[in-house]
Amino acid sequence: MIELDARRLMCPMPVIKTQNIIKTLSPGDNVRVTCTDPGVMQDIPAWCRINGHIVLKTEEIDYEFILTIEVGSD
Amino acid sequence: MTKQRKAVALISGGLDSLLAAKVMLEQGIHVEGINFYTGFCVEGHTHAIRKKDKVKPKRNNALWSAETLGIKLHIIDVIEEYKDVLINPKHGYGQNMNPCLDCKVFMVGKAKEWADENGFDFIITGEVIGQRPMSQRRETMPIISAESGADDRLLRPLCAQNLPETLPEREGWVNRDELFDFSGRTRKPQMALAEKFGFDDYAQPAGGCCFLTDKAYSVKLTDLWASRGNKEYEIDDIMLLKVGRHFRPKPHFKLIVAREEGENNFLQGYKKQFITLRTMSHKGPLTLLDGTASDDDLELAAKIVARFSQGRDAEEVDVEVSDKNGVAKNITIKPFLPDEINEAWRV
Repeated sequence: MIELDARRLMCPMPVIKTQNIIKTLSPGDNVRVTCTDPGVMQDIPAWCRINGHIVLKTEEIDYEFILTIEVGSD
Repeated sequence: MTKQRKAVALISGGLDSLLAAKVMLEQGIHVEGINFYTGFCVEGHTHAIRKKDKVKPKRNNALWSAETLGIKLHIIDVIEEYKDVLINPKHGYGQNMNPCLDCKVFMVGKAKEWADENGFDFIITGEVIGQRPMSQRRETMPIISAESGADDRLLRPLCAQNLPETLPEREGWVNRDELFDFSGRTRKPQMALAEKFGFDDYAQPAGGCCFLTDKAYSVKLTDLWASRGNKEYEIDDIMLLKVGRHFRPKPHFKLIVAREEGENNFLQGYKKQFITLRTMSHKGPLTLLDGTASDDDLELAAKIVARFSQGRDAEEVDVEVSDKNGVAKNITIKPFLPDEINEAWRV
């Protein structure tokens, strides 16, 4: 599991960080993104849908928003 | 077999870029979107700050456009590169601090670089002649094509019939007859086309997609630069210009006073970078002090902060002043009356 710390970044920066790390990964890899901007709960899943990645899990723990993503094949 | 031609579309999240991309998709072109994040984009983060804006969940309209079109979207961080566009615009500023023409040249140029690196044939934008007073005029269209380096690989599907033929048209990759001749500030042709395509939930931003077109924001940016004696900035600087009431009671310091709970929470994240003030005896806003302040300055600042607390009419208000290391001291002051806050202090 790759960990990405996107805390204290406001959208769209967490989306950009997620996009950039996924570029370096292979299909099937998982990445866990931790954020503090609640906007990511809408924006990162939208970005994943249009770019063919799968959001496996979303969590909200102590004002942090955590998304686990599986890298898609395209 | 005919080669599948590919276009990269500048997607702002507005209606015009949505339509331009759709027109290309209708002609069988493979389209992917590109969106540049300058730090000044209205899309994105400000809605995450103010609590009042959270009643209706906001969406990122560039992502929404891409999803509606069924295309990929590549969001590119250009914060650092954009500084030169803003600080040294060859074509100058618009009505406020908006370097729209240089911005468009820059973005089309970046899209062209991206197209070259990724094997795309041409670039499309949602530009319409006469739509914007600075960047979208008949005279500026060739400037953008030439200075960006895109030249005739830049196609504007919504007004292409008013412009010379471009490479994709000449080569027959797209059919010029099925492009459009929109012009002027009217939105009616775009709205009619949107209806034809079944788009009914598109973004209609009142002030465009960039904070630099906003007068109040531009005044704050100009004040920031003037106070520093140069035009340098970091992302935190430009974020903070979007938050709170700003006062500059002295040339060497500025106050950023939160307006509500969401801004209070946001400013908490800056407590290690700024002196902060908070009323202790009464509920009140968190305030950042940007600059240096003597004891007299801190007292002045405290009187302003207390004016925006629930103790505004009290004889005495206790204000806690914390330095960047969290070392705090309390001062007791009488809040300013409304007319004691000099209007010239407001930024």
